[in-house]
Amino acid sequence: MAVNQRVKSEIWVFAEQRQGELVDVGLELLGKALELAHPAGWKVASVLVGHASEKALCEQLLSFGADEVIVADHPLLRSYCSQSYAKILGKLIREYDPKVFLLGATAMGSDLGARLAVRLRTGLSAHCIGLELSPEKKLLAVVPGWGGNVLARIYSPHTQPQMATVMPGVFNMPQEKEATGRIVPVDVDLNPEDVTYKILEVKREAGQEHALEKAEVIIAGGWGIGSREDWQSVEDLASALHGMVGATRPPVDEGWAKENQMIGQSGRTVHPKLYIGIGISGEMHHMVGIQNADFIIAVNRDPEADIFKMCDLGVVGDFKEILPGLIEEIREKLQK
Amino acid sequence: MRIIVCLKPVPDPKHWSRLALDPKTGTLIRGGIPSIVNPLDRKALEAALQLREKEGGEVITLSMAPPSAMPVLREGLAMGADLSIFLTDLAFAGSDALATSYIMGTAIRKLARYDLILCGDQTLDGSTSLVSAQIAEFLGIPNLMHVSAIEVQKSGVFHVRSRIEHGSMLVEMKAPLVLSVAKEINEPRYITLMNILEGEKKEIRVWSSKDLSLSEPWVGLKGSPSQMADLFIREAKRKGEILQGDPSEMTKTLADRLHRMGYC
Repeated sequence: MAVNQRVKSEIWVFAEQRQGELVDVGLELLGKALELAHPAGWKVASVLVGHASEKALCEQLLSFGADEVIVADHPLLRSYCSQSYAKILGKLIREYDPKVFLLGATAMGSDLGARLAVRLRTGLSAHCIGLELSPEKKLLAVVPGWGGNVLARIYSPHTQPQMATVMPGVFNMPQEKEATGRIVPVDVDLNPEDVTYKILEVKREAGQEHALEKAEVIIAGGWGIGSREDWQSVEDLASALHGMVGATRPPVDEGWAKENQMIGQSGRTVHPKLYIGIGISGEMHHMVGIQNADFIIAVNRDPEADIFKMCDLGVVGDFKEILPGLIEEIREKLQK
Repeated sequence: MRIIVCLKPVPDPKHWSRLALDPKTGTLIRGGIPSIVNPLDRKALEAALQLREKEGGEVITLSMAPPSAMPVLREGLAMGADLSIFLTDLAFAGSDALATSYIMGTAIRKLARYDLILCGDQTLDGSTSLVSAQIAEFLGIPNLMHVSAIEVQKSGVFHVRSRIEHGSMLVEMKAPLVLSVAKEINEPRYITLMNILEGEKKEIRVWSSKDLSLSEPWVGLKGSPSQMADLFIREAKRKGEILQGDPSEMTKTLADRLHRMGYC
């Protein structure tokens, strides 16, 4: 490969990898970036940082449409460390001056993005659920606002790159096609002191990994459920419909539901065929996580609840008077 | 060991219906809504107090907020912090995560000596979860988020467990460092009346921009690169059919609809 190749892409996407495998959100973002960039006459680079498994991953990124794959390969980059990764990415970004830099809102992407924004003195929109490019080619990042059904567009008009971390699952995976892009290896100048911590052990929890993201039926409960005892009826409805249980933040804080069941801006983004929300008011922070559901049913006592403006079928009533009968009817119908 | 805990006063969730966004700046209009200590920051403080009990040393809380949030800081002192530092100045208003981290990092630098800085993973009102990593970057020290356990291995060496996607990792880190704690780390202690009285005797040290060597262009609304372009209402492209009336009728209708959709 020729030395001193220049990177030409205006939008860079961090291609997060975990143990030699690309993480979906890096590909989802690549797809979205291509959709934004090409009409504007821009190009998109996936940025791969790591060691040893890069060749196969580069091919994969090219097959998902990347115009360029920037590869920073070094033994000291084998494991993620925020300071070593920020050092080499900060240097690359200063050198090539991309207009936009996108990362997944994962543990790694959030941490790395935060550090890079300081290093580059630029704005970072965190946990976004949408991306747009304005006619002036400014990146507009969509985040839920306060006060019900409102979203805000955030941007950084005076600094570059314009950065955002985006929730996994918000955008679709791009289609694979014939690779036309090129690979651009870059020099990595790192010292052992740049790796400032040592990972002693990684534990994986088997199963459950994408369960909620892949569920076809989700029954979610909110603050309106009121108690741990009554939470059981959410579980029962889910089991009757062979669905999975989701929650808004309050049930998780109260301990009725688990952290990994939380749906919304700081939880998971899901796309079931059927979503039933019970005792959920419809705060935007939750609703952004279910925007891609095919059919939304809401049960809430309060006829003014915001969720009724965002559902396909709303039931105004007390879940305690509806769920027991509903579960019974469902079981009867299933037996027939 | 000297531990600094970042405590953010946030609007009490009981009054969130009264919150609104300033349509011009995108910052929150808190309009007299009472504040509480951000719940995860209380857990960060609890973690600090437990480390102090084992290792000795002092715990200092650091907060940046409008002057009206002062009473909230007493809660940290009542829980057992030794000193509260309160950064308050009109010039700080409207700071985004970058500007906030810069101001807090500068205040920490003024304290000169520190081993561990603890934050909560996220705040109720902002949820950007940027500040802990950004403080670490301003100070040039390591950081880790989603921390569920902290152990002192030997002087200046920590073993930290951190939640990652679908699992966790154990990391060896050296002081000074920044950690932001996850929900599962602990249950904060109960505050007694005696604790409250003891907290009243402790010092809240107020620092304004004059007390910190800040570079003005990086502070407040003007020093914040992130801005709000606009607010918009999401179009609900949903059918929006509403059932009201007799619960048993509605139950039957709902079961019937689920049946016709093929779910039962």
